[in-house]
Amino acid sequence: MLSGINESGRDKVFLVFNYIFVFLAFLVVFYPLIYMVSASISNPKLVGSGEMWLWPMEITFDGYKRVFENSNIWNGYGNTILYTIVGTAINLAITLPAAYALSRKDFVGRNIFMGLFMVTMFFGGGLVPTYLLVKKLHMINTIWAIVLPSAASIWNIIVARTFFQSSLPRELQEAAQIDGCTNLRLFMKIILPLSMPIIAVMALFYGVGNWNSYFSALIYLNDAAKYPLQLVLRQILVLQEASAQGGGAMDIASASALNSKAEIAALVKYAVIIVATVPVIAIYPFLQRYFVQGVMIGSVKG
Amino acid sequence: MQHTRTILPRDSALTTKQTTKRTKTWKGIIKNWELYLFIAPALLYFLIFCYGPMYGIQIAFKNFIPTKGITGSPWVGFDHFVRFFHSYYFWDLIWNTLGISLYSLAVGFPIPIILALAFNEIRNGYFKKLAQTVTYAPHFISMVVMAGMIITFLSPSTGIVTNIIEGLGFHSPEFLTDPRWFKTMYVFSDVWQSAGWGTIIYLAALSGVDPGLHEAAIIDGASRFQRVRHINIPTLVPTMTILLILSMGSLLGVGFEKILLLQNPLNMTASDVISTFVYRSGLVSAQYSFSTAIGLFNSVINAVLLIVVNQVVRRISDNSLW
Repeated sequence: MLSGINESGRDKVFLVFNYIFVFLAFLVVFYPLIYMVSASISNPKLVGSGEMWLWPMEITFDGYKRVFENSNIWNGYGNTILYTIVGTAINLAITLPAAYALSRKDFVGRNIFMGLFMVTMFFGGGLVPTYLLVKKLHMINTIWAIVLPSAASIWNIIVARTFFQSSLPRELQEAAQIDGCTNLRLFMKIILPLSMPIIAVMALFYGVGNWNSYFSALIYLNDAAKYPLQLVLRQILVLQEASAQGGGAMDIASASALNSKAEIAALVKYAVIIVATVPVIAIYPFLQRYFVQGVMIGSVKG
Repeated sequence: MQHTRTILPRDSALTTKQTTKRTKTWKGIIKNWELYLFIAPALLYFLIFCYGPMYGIQIAFKNFIPTKGITGSPWVGFDHFVRFFHSYYFWDLIWNTLGISLYSLAVGFPIPIILALAFNEIRNGYFKKLAQTVTYAPHFISMVVMAGMIITFLSPSTGIVTNIIEGLGFHSPEFLTDPRWFKTMYVFSDVWQSAGWGTIIYLAALSGVDPGLHEAAIIDGASRFQRVRHINIPTLVPTMTILLILSMGSLLGVGFEKILLLQNPLNMTASDVISTFVYRSGLVSAQYSFSTAIGLFNSVINAVLLIVVNQVVRRISDNSLW
């Protein structure tokens, strides 16, 4: 009954539907991204009224001008770069040696250490005790409150350990040790140079996390000059909107004035979103391979 | 001593066996002493910043007074827990937290699986790569920017979503302020942001399927759909199980960074979850002990859920976390 032609016909229908489905998924994700870029350089009136819906109209760079004139954003950018570099350096300095030690079968006590670290995946002290600890250590309002409480992630340690275990030949390490190479030399001269892929993956995972985080800055920093970019963005993108909604009754004249103000505010928001996201999104396609690799290593018996 | 050793040879043999084992362990420790230096920073980190706060949990059973410190504050037993369980907002918080996580799970769990299966069937390498690159991208957008996008897109005066809905002749709901829309807004924006990235782990599993299985199925006359149904989906079951267990462990721990950003006084009845409440009562209103008690209640439930689900899954299948 089911001839060969019928079979391939069924498959064709399936394939066509599949292509349509993936294409729709692609559009759903892509459209908001392209819309934001267009909206950030279009006349805000046309954006607000909905006339601009895909390509930029009446191009203006007013939004970007206002963003670049805003000293808070520059300051936030500087702080974020500092926190990201210092934070990621600490993350790597803790994660890589620990992951290597845990990857060694002849490391006495590795299971005890691993168990001790894994418990924290499922149970923690919670928000307030952590806050009190950071306060007790006199780290409030310093860079250390941002970089130290998140200095290592057990998940990333497991990923790096899996890499060391599976991708580096055991014989090579044993040969080096028989030749009298100490563990420190072995790690610095042989293991690390062979582990560039995992170092890249770790640097990217931690780096993006540090760049994007806002919550520790929200609770531990109270000096606005130390705010990272994400907190400045929160003020512009989230809080401003909340205050604009708070308005009650108003007369028509001030309503229209407020409306054009709202349109300009929206323009600035689109520009700010682009400016804040570009560094991460721009490097991502080139490094996608590494990110994907990281997730895949982690998925092998995590 | 010499005497006893000669009289009881069996005992002495046992001790030497034990000592050789012990000396072997010691030798291993001494030989690899540098590895302990390697792990020391991580150990310090976990002891100070993960186990350190656990010491502070005791204030959940105390009336924490900052001047007296953690140890010096007076014990009050389960007072804070009782106060929380009897408060009028207790069931609202539980319902909101569970509602948001279950809704997220119901929508957000299957979509990456379906998407991964669909990606896997695409043979055009260029289109596949493009679709993957684009759908992964939102993963890198920060929570703050994500919240900013949601607020701007759904803005009642200038938002594109509102414009489209009104352009089609419908009356647009007030997404940002209407409590009924909060959960949907939260869940679907999350799907937009993370469904693509979520496919990676499934695609990795799919790439491990033995091509011989598909060849045999083709010879037996199986259609593409049948091969997806009977070969690819069963391949993904172990991965699905592990991810499902993990998400059960965080049913009461919804991604509160985003909720906190989208919360406003008008949608509070739907958007207040345990973790945002802990943040507000603990750090904003400085009710340290009360807030710690709620946080502890939350993490205990999470840990118990994780253990129970893992046990159940281990009974009925071969896949479990431990």
